Amino acid sequence: MKPALFLAGILLCAIAPWIIPNSQVLLTIALSKGLAVLGVIVLLQAGQVSFGHALFYAIAAYGTAFLGKYFGGGELFLAMAIGTISAALAGLLVGLFVVRYRHIFFGMLNLSVSMIFFSILEKFYFITGGSDGLRVERPSVLGIAMERGPFEVVLFYVALVCAVLAMILIHRFLSSPLGNHLRAIKSNEVRLEYLGVSPRLVLLKGYIVSAALCGLGGSLMAVTLGVVTPEYAWWVRSGEFVFIAILGGSGSVGGAFVGALVYEGVRTYASAFAADVWQLILGGVLLVVILFAPKGLIGFIKQRKASNLRPRSSKSAAGEALSK
Amino acid sequence: MTDQVMMDVQGLEIRFGGVVAAAGINFQIYEGRNLAIIGPNGAGKTTFLNMCTGYLKPHAGKIIYEGEDVAGIGPRKLVKKGVARAFQIPQLFAEHSVRENILMAVAAASGYEAPLTRLEDISGASEADRILEMLKCSNLAERPVQELPEGQRKLIDIGVALALKPRLLFLDEPTSGVASTEKFAILEIIAEALEEENVTSVFVEHDEGIVERFADEVAVWNRGEVLYRGTPQDILTHPDVIRDVMGGHV
Ligand SMILES: Nc1ncnc2c1ncn2[C@@H]1O[C@H](COP(=O)(O)OP(=O)(O)OP(=O)(O)O)[C@@H](O)[C@H]1O
Ligand SMILES: [Mg+2]
Repeated sequence: MKPALFLAGILLCAIAPWIIPNSQVLLTIALSKGLAVLGVIVLLQAGQVSFGHALFYAIAAYGTAFLGKYFGGGELFLAMAIGTISAALAGLLVGLFVVRYRHIFFGMLNLSVSMIFFSILEKFYFITGGSDGLRVERPSVLGIAMERGPFEVVLFYVALVCAVLAMILIHRFLSSPLGNHLRAIKSNEVRLEYLGVSPRLVLLKGYIVSAALCGLGGSLMAVTLGVVTPEYAWWVRSGEFVFIAILGGSGSVGGAFVGALVYEGVRTYASAFAADVWQLILGGVLLVVILFAPKGLIGFIKQRKASNLRPRSSKSAAGEALSK
Repeated sequence: MTDQVMMDVQGLEIRFGGVVAAAGINFQIYEGRNLAIIGPNGAGKTTFLNMCTGYLKPHAGKIIYEGEDVAGIGPRKLVKKGVARAFQIPQLFAEHSVRENILMAVAAASGYEAPLTRLEDISGASEADRILEMLKCSNLAERPVQELPEGQRKLIDIGVALALKPRLLFLDEPTSGVASTEKFAILEIIAEALEEENVTSVFVEHDEGIVERFADEVAVWNRGEVLYRGTPQDILTHPDVIRDVMGGHV
């Protein structure tokens, strides 16, 4: 992505809450989800689709809730760190098992593990609050206790900064030798082996990164909504991450956030005006995206931008993915 | 040329169902001697390469390399010990450019540095350009590999293997898919590169002219066995070889 386009997008997002009424929480939610979607996109680079990444999202969210519950409210940045680290550790454990599989088996194994966790959250009522979930205490920010209003403002900008940092770091990660080897899993594992590289180890590293991103998103979501429920780990949530990744464009890091913002926007406004058809609208949008903009909304934006400069984009589809 | 054995293959056997692809092969690969393997289709040449590079585990036998039995240990460990391979069907990263393919091998050989260094900024980046230059492929550097014709992909596949700095390189039909008028030129490039990098090569080849010109030694494969071994002059004029392997013509 062109740096100018990237900066413009961030600025637009930063001032949006002051322009669009009542949009701040919505935007924070979209950014939090975008982080999780970015996690899914990391694995899509290796050609692997996980239908269970809500697992890591939920682990971090519950971690955040426990911190607040047992350690008197907690601290925002500590909660985020604990959420991210616990998700990364869970990613290591689950990853050791699932990186031996590919494609449909990989996707379904992830799904199974997340559903096991979902049942645990529901059944262990005395710890997890069962299907009612847990209330998440509002944490202090750098030791300062805040009222709801200012806290939401701070949270929005924290989420935005996290999103920007995540985009920059993940873009660099995917351009690094390790990131390229991760992408090579999609095209040729035999050659990777013959380079002396273990595809499983590479995928495991990618998996941990992806779980950590879902964790960061889950922590932010927990403090934003003030409640965690087993629904965080529900397979529909995992499917939603994949949906948003395809919608936004899985070829580049910006796609995660463009997708999440559009998704949450349509969901919120469409459900306000046409309560029962928002899924229909989103389904239709995804269909159009897949048919006419296979690189997702972000690809569409870049293409438009490019065609403003040149009469026709000369770059090939493959070359443009990740050529930000 | 030396008499130093680099890889010592003892009693190698492998079957696929009823097909015997290696029927107790005893064979030595010598340091510095470029060895050509010839033989009809299905003779077990690729299978032999698959075993020598650790990809297939033989049902019986040993492959002694650097004093150790390396049979079935996997390509990863063998690559680290200096055994590399180029394939009959080039194995490249289809979504990457020519240069990136070589760079990914350079990066793999040198280990990961700082995790956020860009691939094109790694300290060995100039090595990739040197290899492309050596293979006279510098002009292809930015091209996506899947756009290239088979012959050029094969050359890049060899470049990837050379980027691993091997001592011993197995080449599976390096000139198949190359127009017959270009075969000599391409093999000239490959042979010079091998010489420059000080790599011992074992190459499977169907073209007798190529074998005669570039091999120090020839081994004849058939039905999972090594039938003959000798200098190109002796082997290619041997009446039995002409009858059994080349279908009666030279
Ligand atoms: N993985 C496998 N599974 C089953 N059979 C195999 C396998 N690999 C090789 N074979 C069989 O083993 C025999 C030897 O095959 P191989 O590929 O080694 O021959 P080759 O000498 O390389 O032939 P070509 O000149 O056609 O490349 C063939 O009959 C082949 O069908
Ligand atoms: Mg073969």
